[in-house]
Amino acid sequence: MQKVLSLFAFMTIGILAFAGVEVGDVAPDFKLKNIDGKMVSLADYKDVKGVIVIFTCNHCPYAVLYEDRIVALNSKLKGLGFPVVAINPNDASKYPDDNFEGMVKRAKDKGFNFPYLHDESQAIAKAYGATRTPHAFLLTRGNSGKFSVAYIGAIDNDTENTNPDKTKYIENAVTALNSGKKPDPASTKAIGCTIKWK
Amino acid sequence: MPKWILGLMLLFGCGQALLAQNVEILTFEQLQARMANQKQEVVVYNFWATWCKPCVEEMPVFEKLALDYQAKGVAVVFVSIDFKSKHAKVVEFVGQKQLKSEVVLLNAPDYNAWIDKVSPEWSGAIPATLVVKKTGRVSKFHEGSFTYEELVSFIKPLLK
Repeated sequence: MQKVLSLFAFMTIGILAFAGVEVGDVAPDFKLKNIDGKMVSLADYKDVKGVIVIFTCNHCPYAVLYEDRIVALNSKLKGLGFPVVAINPNDASKYPDDNFEGMVKRAKDKGFNFPYLHDESQAIAKAYGATRTPHAFLLTRGNSGKFSVAYIGAIDNDTENTNPDKTKYIENAVTALNSGKKPDPASTKAIGCTIKWK
Repeated sequence: MPKWILGLMLLFGCGQALLAQNVEILTFEQLQARMANQKQEVVVYNFWATWCKPCVEEMPVFEKLALDYQAKGVAVVFVSIDFKSKHAKVVEFVGQKQLKSEVVLLNAPDYNAWIDKVSPEWSGAIPATLVVKKTGRVSKFHEGSFTYEELVSFIKPLLK
């Protein structure tokens, strides 16, 4: 066991690839094209307690596994003041499925009940520090109209969706916020597809 | 074995089954214990999945490294993070690709419980690679793909 523990003492060398936002930071606003052709920005959300921003895409099997759960999440949490906004940041030249037409088709096929925005320049994914799909950022709206980051990470701890006792990180975080508490955990990690950068 | 039998076996796909490794399923604790007790001086643990295109594309780079640096005490372990329910698919994939380096399947679905233990630098995106040096217990982590040259220069400081 000692040998196992001493592994933690390993020296790690390297640098963090992305800065992005941390919990507590002001959330960068965006103005991106939705699948209906209209532009959507955070500033449009005035009568909400917050917004659940999820970076996702069409091709990644782990993103696909979460599609139905994201639809259900929006159905459940929009009424509690936290609607979902999904953003696809992938470079479609690497994965043609991830282009705008692919997004429109995917949203129709899966019955997306939330905006699905195209971050074609990838500037928003970079501003948030998103690295993988799916990658969620739970934002709260302050009195000034500014949004701040309350939780970063996974939607739940059961990507394959086989564990009935899964921990629903986003739902728990919204419950905490709605009772005046801070989400705990405030950040989590999960395996996902690397965002395909240009 | 007569050649015609071998030919028949290849024809019906049995040849692949003969060559394929069985892909051991490990918990994260078992993987950690392996890392702590590794025989080779430098082991390159590459986290991948059958569905991850950039992971599959960079596999030959790791296979070449294992071959070229075997004499210097370097080994490669491909750590699949495919679901345990996809074990047969991983075995079939490994057989098709005829991977020479060891492949294990990490059965640890509660990702947040262990990603930081591999490296606090890891966001969870794959491919990702951890290199562990036995002497001095030094490790190095990289998230993203490697070319052969990049991989060699990444591990070289650990070979001294």
